[in-house]
Amino acid sequence: MVIKSPKRPSTQAKSTVLPAATPQSWRWRLGQWLLSPDVLAPLVVGILALALWDLAVRLLELPPYLLPGPILVAQTLVREWPRLFPSLLITLQITLAAFGAATLSGLLIAILFTQSKWIERSLFPYAVILQTTPIVAIAPLIIIWLRNDTFAALVVCAWIVAFFPIVSNTTLGLNSADHSLRNLFELYGANRWQTLWYLRLPSALPYFLGGLRISGGLALIGAVVAEFVAGTGGTRSGIAYQILMSSYNLQIPRMFAALIMTTTLGVLIFVILTLLSDFLLRHWHESAIRREN
Amino acid sequence: MTALLRLDQVSKVYNSGTVALDGVNLAVDAGEFVSLVGPSGCGKSTALRLVAGLGEVSSGQMQWSVPPEQRQMAFVFQDAALMPWATVVNNVHLPLKLKGQSLRACRQQIYQALDRVALGDAASAYPRQLSGGMKMRVSIARALVTQPQVLLMDEPFGALDEMTRSRLNQDVLDLWQQQQWTVLFVTHNIYEAVYLSQRVVVMAAQPGRVVAEVTIDVPYPRTEAFRTSSLFNQYCREILTHLAQAEAGGGPVPMSSEESAIAG
Repeated sequence: MVIKSPKRPSTQAKSTVLPAATPQSWRWRLGQWLLSPDVLAPLVVGILALALWDLAVRLLELPPYLLPGPILVAQTLVREWPRLFPSLLITLQITLAAFGAATLSGLLIAILFTQSKWIERSLFPYAVILQTTPIVAIAPLIIIWLRNDTFAALVVCAWIVAFFPIVSNTTLGLNSADHSLRNLFELYGANRWQTLWYLRLPSALPYFLGGLRISGGLALIGAVVAEFVAGTGGTRSGIAYQILMSSYNLQIPRMFAALIMTTTLGVLIFVILTLLSDFLLRHWHESAIRREN
Repeated sequence: MTALLRLDQVSKVYNSGTVALDGVNLAVDAGEFVSLVGPSGCGKSTALRLVAGLGEVSSGQMQWSVPPEQRQMAFVFQDAALMPWATVVNNVHLPLKLKGQSLRACRQQIYQALDRVALGDAASAYPRQLSGGMKMRVSIARALVTQPQVLLMDEPFGALDEMTRSRLNQDVLDLWQQQQWTVLFVTHNIYEAVYLSQRVVVMAAQPGRVVAEVTIDVPYPRTEAFRTSSLFNQYCREILTHLAQAEAGGGPVPMSSEESAIAG
């Protein structure tokens, strides 16, 4: 929240107050970004790898069912798009539902943990157990338990994978509020909820957002793994089913196309969450502030 | 006149067994400017925390001569302790917000406090955009806005450069006279203590105790000339002597901490 000063800032004050990073020249910054080594370097590597891949396939005359060339994969991607994209959307739905549930439950559980050391002591080990249980192993069970609603079963599987980073990161963040500020809150008679709302939650925000970035990708992986295990047929089958079917039928180019779509979705989720994080922290957190030198 | 605050044989022992304070006697009158000086570990910050109501006295008594509502306290710490996610205005608003007053209702109060520390123009800045001295002034404005009777300062200017420190010293003195605060000022810098206070309480470590009280009998406003006067040096030497004596008679206090305390 930015409150405007009723007075015009004088030039003298301007010289002492450093300018805040404002998104004033979006287009210019986008252009700069596209030309920066951060973008160019991986782009060059990617193009080189594709070229090498294509060259290898041509020279070694590899059949498409062993390794399709990048051009064939691209053609397949375009041709199969009408069938693959709806599947991707189903996987996306599962991912989003699981991610939303993980975010909400993770945040609430972390808050619960910090309200009482006893709750944290009693429950945290179980959160760890849930995290370390291999999802591939328990997915069949969950799918059987929720056999009337496969969608829900898949969401539960993805949720189990996604929620731990949020819990552990947010708990860490809620506990790392500055000590002087904590004292200050106590001295000014802040109650538990005021301390939570005005101090602990804002302090935890960078950690929480870091957790989201990890969990976003994990939710997608969880969804794909669960779909693999479920192997659901019918109309509502996700991208993992398409990958699975393509590999059974030795439609390797199609499998590659589906894989590329899945990976792109994962990258997209990560980028969106990174942008969200940078936006929310732009005024104060070191991670979102450009160094001024 | 009865003292506003009286500490009677106050001791503080932490759970770890460390004796932070041992039988401390101290009386502070309303409107007085009292400094606590001493080396690290002498319990001066502990004493301030007890006065603030953070933590319980292990033995002895701490008495106020006025009911709680007449001893509105405010605090300034060594680090400005600002919320990095909040603007200057929102930081200054904090004590009032915790009492349930909305920003709109106490806007005027906040801007008055900011003007008094000459930060009216930085109202919408974020803490990271401010210099160390400005952050400290925000912290002082946050104390001002509650209109306190008692101001507790815990090494407030310890991390600042000498010039900023002396300017803020002057600001605090001006505000003290204007607002008729009672100030309890913890510092390890004896020069600062002598310059600011009416009375300097000298403390020693292991166990934390009061070894002497030195009354600085110099009228206000005190000028920069006072800092370089022979009288000023005389007071400083007196306090140094007390500290040295306490060290010689006391337990095995590491040299380095004493030296750094004296060097300020």
